[in-house]
Amino acid sequence: MSNKVIYAIYNDDDILMDAVKKTRAAHHHIEEVFSPFPVHGLDKAMGLAPTRLAICAFLYGCVGISVATAMMNFIMIQDWPQDIGGKPSFSYIQNMPAFVPIMFEMTVFFAAHLMVVTFYMRSKLWPFKQAENPDVRTTDDHFLMEVSVNNNEEELVSFLNTTGAVEVKVIEKH
Amino acid sequence: MYTFSSKLKTFSFILMALGLLGIGYGFLTAPKDIQEVEKILAADSHGGHVEVKHEVSSESVAAHAVVADHKEVDLAVEGTEATTALEGHNEVAAATETHVAVVDNHNEVNEAAEHEEHLTHVLHQMQNKPWAALYVACIFFLLISMGVLAFYAIQQVASAGWSPVLFRVMQGITAYLPWGSVIFFVFLILCGLHFNHLFIWLDPEVVAHDKLIATKTGYLNFPFWIARAAIFLIGWNLYRYYSAKNCLAQDESNDDSFYKKNFNISAGFLVFFIVTESIMSWDWIMSIDPHWFSTLFGWYVFASFFVSGITMIAMVTLYLKSKGYLEHVNTSHIHDLAKFMFGFSVFWTYLWFSQFMLIWYANIPEEITYFITRIELYNLPFFGAVVMNFVFPILILVNTDFKRITWILVMAGVVILAGHYIDFFNMIMPGTVGDSWFIGISEIASVLFFMGLFIYVVFTALAKSPLLPKRNPYIEESKHFHY
Repeated sequence: MSNKVIYAIYNDDDILMDAVKKTRAAHHHIEEVFSPFPVHGLDKAMGLAPTRLAICAFLYGCVGISVATAMMNFIMIQDWPQDIGGKPSFSYIQNMPAFVPIMFEMTVFFAAHLMVVTFYMRSKLWPFKQAENPDVRTTDDHFLMEVSVNNNEEELVSFLNTTGAVEVKVIEKH
Repeated sequence: MYTFSSKLKTFSFILMALGLLGIGYGFLTAPKDIQEVEKILAADSHGGHVEVKHEVSSESVAAHAVVADHKEVDLAVEGTEATTALEGHNEVAAATETHVAVVDNHNEVNEAAEHEEHLTHVLHQMQNKPWAALYVACIFFLLISMGVLAFYAIQQVASAGWSPVLFRVMQGITAYLPWGSVIFFVFLILCGLHFNHLFIWLDPEVVAHDKLIATKTGYLNFPFWIARAAIFLIGWNLYRYYSAKNCLAQDESNDDSFYKKNFNISAGFLVFFIVTESIMSWDWIMSIDPHWFSTLFGWYVFASFFVSGITMIAMVTLYLKSKGYLEHVNTSHIHDLAKFMFGFSVFWTYLWFSQFMLIWYANIPEEITYFITRIELYNLPFFGAVVMNFVFPILILVNTDFKRITWILVMAGVVILAGHYIDFFNMIMPGTVGDSWFIGISEIASVLFFMGLFIYVVFTALAKSPLLPKRNPYIEESKHFHY
């Protein structure tokens, strides 16, 4: 089965935004949009679901503060409650102000790093990953919208030509 | 144009009337002398300290009675047995016992003096209570309008593109400043005229017996102190007056000259403000505990009233918006205000903790007493303020959707404002009323009075000028602001 897609290439982000809106209004399925920089409002125009990365980060932060608390409670209070410079180590709460800087840093550390790792995993990014850009110009000054073809190639090409595309290509994908 | 709704006006009058009644009640019921204090303490269940004292003294009285009985018996023995052998012994015994009795009496005198001293101490605290309640509410509302003024000046200088639609709201809130300043200044003069005992360094008796305060009299003396207060208040009010005036003049102008003028005076004001704010915090708050000092205190006070000011802007904006007066204010503006509320709540906590932790960690006696008093006597308000000003806002306002929902913001705002009232309460009460604190009629009535005055003044001012600046260079951007 042939799996064709159309690459519509634009050279302005405003035209791209209009094209995305028109394409969505005409009920053509946009597979992907490639852009050299973040286009404000593009995700909304494409109808993408909002990211849940912030929720992940909050939960990772909770993990971080738990790790810090459990660690210091075990080391400083349970395992070897030594008198160090007169600091009260009878219970965690008594010596808590001294632990707060670490609790704070661990919360930030966990939230930040685990969120970044989550982002890499969800976006499938890693050092030796094969680059996926369909046209090298999309990293420089061109925008590319990839639209799937469902036996309506002629109609789709002519439609995309009306949206201000500087170039429309039909590509066989495998 | 906004019209001051008659319901709100009536509401503010009711608040002021109730407040005045309560304030009057507080002053009338304050004890006049130590006899009254003794009665209050006897009736009060939480005067545990005094009860112990009473027990001690009654015990010693009982012991004395026993000794007296014993002596009588001895004397009787002496009377019946007139033998010489025993006489000497008895005399010695009697002499010893008289001596014991004298010592006992002496102890009792000491205890009585101590007891009286204690009662005088409590009397001073109780007489301070209505004054301190008034002072906390007065400075709290004065500084809220200062927080708004500082925020307003920052928005001007930063050329913020989102906030010009809110400038008139901010100007309306800062209209409280002249009123608050006058009341506050009169209050400071009353302190100087010894109507109350809030600032102990104003009492020459105290200074004469206190070497630490005596060495600070070069700074802490009434004429210098009141002159500083006058300069600060006049400076702030001048900026407020000219800034609002220029903003209105810009509406009718043909060029941006008034805008530029406002930009310049705002920049100048911010420099003046940060210096005077710091000194203000030493003069009006830190000098209540004249033995104690902290370097970041000025910033800490600033953070507290700055976040309250921003919260107040958000509250007034939400109110006006709900009444349909701010058509160009959208949820993105509200969202931005909520972000500031969130961010500065965290900033306040950062300073609160930095001040507390540094002193707790080093535990230097002359510094730590400040926190020992607060933790032992004000445990709930001291830590409750952290919960209200940090834990609650950080959990509620961290969510971006919540920052656009009116009822959530109103709830968070009320908690933040109440929390920062408690914060000022914690700063001022321990040095003035000590363990005689209570959030009762005096405290609530003072807040109600100033709240009523604040609402009346602010909404009267809002009704005087259009709620949308006309020719501000950023007004179009601000109208279409979205985040």
